[in-house]
Amino acid sequence: METILETKNLTMNFGGIKALDRVDLDVRQGEICALIGPNGAGKTTFFNCITGIYPPSEGDVFISPPAGKRKRINGLPVHRVTARGLARTFQNIRLFPDMTVLENVMVGRHCRTKAGVLGAIFRDRITRKEEKAVVTRSYAILERIGLADLANALARNLPYGDQRRLEIARALATEPFLLLLDEPAAGMNPRETEALEELILRIKTEEQISILMIEHDMRMVMSISDRIFVLDYGKKIAEGTAAEIWENPVVIKAYLGEEFDA
Amino acid sequence: MKRLAELRESLVIALWFMFLTFPILVIQVNTIEKTIIWRWQNLLYVGIGSFALSFVWRYFIGKAAAGGRASGERAEEKTSILQRITADSRFSRSAILLTALIALAFPFLSSTYQVNIMTTALMYVVLGLGLNIVVGQAGLLHLGYVAFYAVGAYTYALLYQHFGIGFWTALPLGALMAMVFGLLLGFPVLRLRGDYLAIVTLGFGEITRIVLENWSEFSSGPSGISEIPRPGFFNLAMDLEESTIYLYFLMVGFVLFTIFVTNRLQNSRIGRAWLALREDEVACEAMGVNKTVAKMTAFALGSTWAGMMGVVFAAKTTFVNPASFTFLESAMILSIVVLGGMGSTLGVILASFLLILLPEYLRAFSDYRMLLFGTIMVVMMIFRPQGIITNIRRTYEYHFERKQNGAPDASV
Ligand SMILES: Nc1ncnc2c1ncn2[C@@H]1O[C@H](COP(=O)(O)OP(=O)(O)O)[C@@H](O)[C@H]1O
Ligand SMILES: [Mg+2]
Repeated sequence: METILETKNLTMNFGGIKALDRVDLDVRQGEICALIGPNGAGKTTFFNCITGIYPPSEGDVFISPPAGKRKRINGLPVHRVTARGLARTFQNIRLFPDMTVLENVMVGRHCRTKAGVLGAIFRDRITRKEEKAVVTRSYAILERIGLADLANALARNLPYGDQRRLEIARALATEPFLLLLDEPAAGMNPRETEALEELILRIKTEEQISILMIEHDMRMVMSISDRIFVLDYGKKIAEGTAAEIWENPVVIKAYLGEEFDA
Repeated sequence: MKRLAELRESLVIALWFMFLTFPILVIQVNTIEKTIIWRWQNLLYVGIGSFALSFVWRYFIGKAAAGGRASGERAEEKTSILQRITADSRFSRSAILLTALIALAFPFLSSTYQVNIMTTALMYVVLGLGLNIVVGQAGLLHLGYVAFYAVGAYTYALLYQHFGIGFWTALPLGALMAMVFGLLLGFPVLRLRGDYLAIVTLGFGEITRIVLENWSEFSSGPSGISEIPRPGFFNLAMDLEESTIYLYFLMVGFVLFTIFVTNRLQNSRIGRAWLALREDEVACEAMGVNKTVAKMTAFALGSTWAGMMGVVFAAKTTFVNPASFTFLESAMILSIVVLGGMGSTLGVILASFLLILLPEYLRAFSDYRMLLFGTIMVVMMIFRPQGIITNIRRTYEYHFERKQNGAPDASV
């Protein structure tokens, strides 16, 4: 299987803190990978570094889209990274609260559409067609995610679990080849988590989108991840399949031991 | 217990107000006779008045808080009466018809003076809608809007003075000039956020005015440029009254044009990007929106409108000087946007009529104009921070029907 995301020696310093310390990580086409580690381990920072929100202090990020060449993307502005096919959700939900659910998803179509100011004012044939396609496509995404009934509700009025799913829908609208999910199950009840698990699997199989997720729900991580990476104090301390991680004494000591007494 | 605490608080408030107003309301110095009059009874009035008002104030604050809590649960029912009325298409259609009739008949039923005031109000409607693109839609706090208004006005004034260029040629040139200035300023400053952007734009507004005031060779300094011609209509000779009415209808046209354009922008790819930018900059960028481009577009478009109105302003007053472009003007236009409800077209229109026409018709209170203005703003911010009218998002309807080729089709 081809590698689609690769980091080499990725390091991020915040003043004296080394939030990431020479992290090597790779995701292959069609995989669901999980990034786990205790709070403050640097997982969110890792996402921020590869999506361009922070420029990494050292090291490189490479992507190889399924239909494209391998490219180094560190230093690229955030919107360009998104246009290249990495889309993300946020740990603390960041929707556009006063826009409707559908409009939230429509914003995700921005980087795949072209209409400018003149198009908006004159509403020529091409713009109308594009706009129509944006609505159709966004609505179709909502249907797949199961939020179509709420399309015209304001995002702020959605229940918490739905807000998390709307973030995923919005990210999908950008047509990514790799979806980055930051704690998608946080704050969800077991039933919602189960639905989410099913949704993630469906995104992988039906849309051929690979997934890298940060998650604390160990049951979910162990059951759907092809491979797992473990961060602790900014360092990658282990990687492997669920079974390998489950038995790795270093991991148990650093992380799982506290919660599971494994 | 709670009563007692409230009483004590009100007492403190009353004392504080008595102390604050003591120098102005109690001591009256007669500089000619060199005597001081102590008006102690005023102190009493202030004390009792603020004591009583603090209770009223607390009551309303409490009510607003309770209302906020309740509406959190039933968000759907939060829409205001005004909103429901405007959503009712039967009503809004007749309202539009009525407005159109009044707008048409107005200049023939009232004096030139009144038509003039109305024209001014309409200019502020356009200015408000223009700034609304920047502040209301894209969320960029712009305190120097008047600078671009000045650019437009001076473009016309100078072009006429030096080259004899008329209104209709100057109009697009003034708009273009303001846009260029908008882009020039926007490029370095739009990476700033919130307060910083506000300060820089404020500075730019003042700099523009000061340059106009001091660079006499260029702009004739504080004395300004006069005898700028009013807009012409195919070389038709018009007397003052006719040209006033003509300008009025011109402004009605501008308002309609602006409403049309801003409405179309609002529900477009770029309009959604602005809104998203206002709501959450980080998420907006992460969704692939080029922040710089989006902000620049909003800024340039807003400036264009200011420039256009600047040309109209120069033509209307036939005279421009830097004193017309003070910070107060920027503040006025910004107040219109904020009072109207950020991003709401109807709100901005209502607010400009309110803020421009009321002071004109309430000349008697002109001494208290600024005081009243400040009070309205403070009260608004506390009780209705979303403005007179909250913007309702557009909803889309879908009629998914399978076509022959099986592709789902949405009608928008
Ligand atoms: N913008 C920042 N400035 C300074 N320190 C930061 C910043 N972002 C994250 N950190 C620090 O980096 C470390 C890792 O944080 P984070 O990546 O959020 O951890 P988590 O694994 O819980 O997502 C923490 O010690 C945090 O305080
Ligand atoms: Mg985190």
